[in-house]
Amino acid sequence: MTDTTGKQIPTAAPALRAHPPAVSAARARRWGAFFYAEQVLRVMRGYSWSFIMYSIAQPAAYLFAMGVGLATLVDANGAAAFGGVSYLQFIAPALIVSAAVMTASGDFSYPIMDGFKWRRVFYGPHASPLEPQQIAAGHVLATVLKFLVQSVAYFVIVALFGGSPGGWGWMSAIVATVAGLSFGLPLMAYSSSITKDSGQFALVQRFIVVPLFLFSGTFFPLESLPLAVRWIGWISPVWHGTELGRVFTYGMEENPVLTVVHVVFLLATAASGWVLTRRQFVKRMGQ
Amino acid sequence: MNPDAVIRADMLRKEYGDVTAVDGISFEVPPGESFGLLGPNGAGKSTTMKMIGGVSRRTSGTLDIMGLDPDENGPEVRAHLGVVPQQDNLDEELRVRENLIVYGRYFGLPLSYLRPKADELLEFAQLTDKAKSRVDALSGGMKRRLTIARSLINEPKILLLDEPTTGLDPQARHILWDRLFRLKEQGVTLILTTHYMDEAEQLCDRLIVVDKGRIMAEGSPSSLIRDHSTREVLELRFGSERNATIGAELVGIGERLETLPDRVLIYADDGEAALEQVSARGLHPLTSLVRRSSLEDVFLRLTGRSLID
Repeated sequence: MTDTTGKQIPTAAPALRAHPPAVSAARARRWGAFFYAEQVLRVMRGYSWSFIMYSIAQPAAYLFAMGVGLATLVDANGAAAFGGVSYLQFIAPALIVSAAVMTASGDFSYPIMDGFKWRRVFYGPHASPLEPQQIAAGHVLATVLKFLVQSVAYFVIVALFGGSPGGWGWMSAIVATVAGLSFGLPLMAYSSSITKDSGQFALVQRFIVVPLFLFSGTFFPLESLPLAVRWIGWISPVWHGTELGRVFTYGMEENPVLTVVHVVFLLATAASGWVLTRRQFVKRMGQ
Repeated sequence: MNPDAVIRADMLRKEYGDVTAVDGISFEVPPGESFGLLGPNGAGKSTTMKMIGGVSRRTSGTLDIMGLDPDENGPEVRAHLGVVPQQDNLDEELRVRENLIVYGRYFGLPLSYLRPKADELLEFAQLTDKAKSRVDALSGGMKRRLTIARSLINEPKILLLDEPTTGLDPQARHILWDRLFRLKEQGVTLILTTHYMDEAEQLCDRLIVVDKGRIMAEGSPSSLIRDHSTREVLELRFGSERNATIGAELVGIGERLETLPDRVLIYADDGEAALEQVSARGLHPLTSLVRRSSLEDVFLRLTGRSLID
């Protein structure tokens, strides 16, 4: 506004104006997944205290029980069975990976059902410029961040206990994150396909997560299991992640081909899980 | 064809498998109009809203929102809209004010805009003192107002409201209507579905009556009543056993007779006169009531059914 002499008259407060819809759409197309990740992180913030406790207290308890208690017994009987390392060093990468997979089993199941069915939280952003696949991606991004924080915290505690002698041990936190996705994204695809809750997630927990945790070379080498159950390890993100983690934390000797197999397995399962998830979100929300 | 129309639908159809939810409906909405879709549950109102809202792909027909096709330009169309869904889908785990801010982020709006805007909208929705409350602590009416506030965070020119007051008590409904009136005064185009005739009469400049996916009638509430009903209606109750049998004895009174399980409706321009004729025939209803015709009567006339079963 100007007065008669053409001078600017100061206005009380600048009017609040949203940018034009075209700008909203362009920004959403580009950054939509991050916008949704922000929402998930804000919700997670409400649980930060229990998350911190979980991320510190649980590793500490496990490491103390297994790495100190059980290890005293195991190590006294000779370390040869574990490739010449202490029992603590042997199980540490397995615990880091298992923790990420456990978190994945929670974060890629119930919240997805919540988003589609219980409280229908996905449908709010869906009415905004966000696309279904961006909502899925945002959930994944926020969860990846959670895996990373949790895995790094776990690794730091492991290192404090002397569980990671090599210089590449921190890579086990990255491996754990990828293992979390390797298990989590196929689970997310499944969760997003469920229309009726009849206790499927409890079954997943009991008959998939727990066996994977127990029979994936977590507490003892996979080779010590009979062949009849050894296959569980071969198809388990926990085993592939754990073995890879061992290569990094204490330089476990392994056929390089097998190391490549671990990487390929983890990435391939995560990628195919993502493709299915994306398809399912687009299909279900576009009806 | 109205060149200014902000929404234009032509032979819009939506099928889910064998079920046809929307069966070739056409309408146009000029800017600033308050346009209603009135019909019973399952009429195809919500499906139509979802197609307009760019979240459900149509089976056939054309649809144009602000010159854009929602199936091709979903994000661009949705960026123009504010949406109040039938079921509240607020973030129950976030605080009231944070719900608005998070939603604004989906439009890429900066926090420097969103913080003051959120406060302004909370004021508008009469929720300022609840800003820091958890959403699950709000009453149904408050949640609804928060959902409306949320839908306004991007300053939309078009607001879609799917059954905005279903499940609310009368007082909460009136507060909500008042807020919607204000938006209308600000030039926001309102598209709303409802199965409440009083809501349609209160809020809509023009509406379509929808049943089984088809448009049964179109016009302003008053013109619909004028065209499809009489000025007044005489409602008689003879007791649930006798309503049906006594109907036959009332033939000839008024322009039209409608026998429902709980009452008999006589459509007449002069309700009192009709009531006198009823008494003259020696019939004495338990209760009688003369009222003006409403959209409910229009719907009954057009479909032979009540709006609310």
